[in-house]
Amino acid sequence: MLGFLIRRVGQMAFVMFGISVLVFLIFFATPGADPAARIAGRNASPETLAAVRADFGFDRPLPVQYAIMMKRLFISQDLTSFVNRGWKVVPAVLAVAPVTLSLVIGAAILWITGAVAIGLIAAATRGSVIDRSLMVLGLIGVSMPVFWLGEVMNLLTQSRLHDTWLFSWVPPLGYKPLAKDPVAWFLTLVIPWVTLATLYMGLYGRVLRASLVEAGQEDYIRTARAKGLSETRILTRHALRTSLITIVTLFGLDFGALVGGAALLTEVVFGLHGLGKLTYEALRNLDLPVIMATVMYASFFVVTANAVVDLLYAVLDPRIRTA
Amino acid sequence: MTDRTASPGDLAGEIVSAEPSRGPWVTAVRKLRSDGAAMIALLLFLLIVALCLLAPFYAAYVAETDPFRSNLSGQITVGGQSVPIMQTSTEGLGLGFTPISPTWDVTAYFLGADGQGRDVAARLLYGGRNSLLIAGMATILTLVLAGLVGLTAGFFGGIVDWVLSRLLDVLWAFPVYLLAISLSIVLISKGIDIGPISIRSGSLSLPIFIIGIIYVPYVARPIRGQVLALKQSEFVLAAVGLGVPSHRILFRDILPNVMTTLIVFVPLMMAINMITESALSFLSIGVQPPDASWGTIIQDGQVLLYTRPVVSLAPGIAIVITVLALNVLGDGVRDALDPKAKLRLRSG
Repeated sequence: MLGFLIRRVGQMAFVMFGISVLVFLIFFATPGADPAARIAGRNASPETLAAVRADFGFDRPLPVQYAIMMKRLFISQDLTSFVNRGWKVVPAVLAVAPVTLSLVIGAAILWITGAVAIGLIAAATRGSVIDRSLMVLGLIGVSMPVFWLGEVMNLLTQSRLHDTWLFSWVPPLGYKPLAKDPVAWFLTLVIPWVTLATLYMGLYGRVLRASLVEAGQEDYIRTARAKGLSETRILTRHALRTSLITIVTLFGLDFGALVGGAALLTEVVFGLHGLGKLTYEALRNLDLPVIMATVMYASFFVVTANAVVDLLYAVLDPRIRTA
Repeated sequence: MTDRTASPGDLAGEIVSAEPSRGPWVTAVRKLRSDGAAMIALLLFLLIVALCLLAPFYAAYVAETDPFRSNLSGQITVGGQSVPIMQTSTEGLGLGFTPISPTWDVTAYFLGADGQGRDVAARLLYGGRNSLLIAGMATILTLVLAGLVGLTAGFFGGIVDWVLSRLLDVLWAFPVYLLAISLSIVLISKGIDIGPISIRSGSLSLPIFIIGIIYVPYVARPIRGQVLALKQSEFVLAAVGLGVPSHRILFRDILPNVMTTLIVFVPLMMAINMITESALSFLSIGVQPPDASWGTIIQDGQVLLYTRPVVSLAPGIAIVITVLALNVLGDGVRDALDPKAKLRLRSG
């Protein structure tokens, strides 16, 4: 087990190193993507360009630039933005992280509960109208672009139905810190949670139903049935347990990616200044230090989530440890 | 796994009956054709493609409008009355203009106008052409690249596999939207450096290239796994034992099996690509103006969301219907080609 852990951590470090090099190359070594030209403005004179290059250290060899950036990001943690000079990126990332975490954790609770309910009901009523309609609804959820669903939600809750009893409680767009006003925090996040959870609820519900139905063919379920257990108990206690393994894998990947900035579109539509929005704005300005910090943070979550999933597997199935 | 021609049962069947054996493809197509939902989805998808292909015809002969030129002072006739396309705003302070609402008349501004007085219905059809083209081409690119990478890594193994697998690990851990946005922003700004002509010519191939690249790991990994499993399968071991040259094993025994997996991916990838394209265009780093796509029209409609919601709603509904059709079709194709799905159907 220890050997497996060490190997996994080594792999994580390698992947994060690979991502940092990739990001660095995309923004520094792509022909035409001259960061100095971006900072100096469109019609900068050659002298200004040269001054900017020297000032920001772009005239040094690429590996040196990369090493300095990594040192300032991880060791001295004093890396500053290219656009707002003096703005430290590490605190900036930490400052917006609660917004994204609030959004993603709330949505995750919602979509897992929803998906388990959908999966169980659909599997229990297999072949019925309820099963079919749940599966169709799930498929519609999967087929909707999240930013568009967010706009439709805004249209309904902020404009068209805002004056009715149904949505009059919805506050204006934006984020309220949890520590300051928990009620406002909750209310502002309800609609974003529902929006973000819809896609995953459909996907997970469908996957769970398929897995539950498949589990119904297994020997241990037949044994449970032979023992005279009720169908409900078989489904919730025996079949659901093994089926959740599939969900754990999916969840690890999706949760990691969302915390790492994939919730960007939801954040943009609902005016939440989270990590996704910070990354997106940094990308628009080609503000490489911020991009580097957010992407490293993002990949850390993705890689950790992957490792946790592998670890859970290794705990559940000892054969994987040696693979 | 998916190979049925080489299974002992089929061989025995061939020897016993004189009937020519039906290949797995014929069986799959037959199965797909008996799947009602998948056939309806296919027809719906083809209908959407056909409608979008007729965009120039609709714009020129039915709506008689140029959906790429702003038309802020134009007048149209609705119910015998001449009305301006951009109407004086009646909401708020009464300042500014609001584009005309849907006339529900296919010959003029069926879905109303956007913020620049352009016909939304005509733009929707033109936008659909680009959305479908990008999603389709990107799907082909992804599958070709992923097939190559997966086959090479799985079949040759050793150092080649190690390098390719580590590369896939890195791309895999890079959140897909962040990678797409990073590439888009750098490449779009590069286009500006070259000159206006190159942006226009390159504008559509840029999102195709970006969307085609980012999903490669998601397809290449399962393909590699499948190739590894196939290499251990009895019919490949038998071929190796018989001294069949490895290129022949690759093309005759492994590739046909991998092909079925790739085909299962086609509708599902295309569905994902449609959504990715719309997201990039919505962030204005996908399709560039004056070209339209469903994503850019949603973005155009964002400022009009509360006054003229149809501008954003219509392309969104178009995306949902198209992606839904592709997903249903994808389920059908998977059930028809993937034997594991048989088990699910039987028990379902």
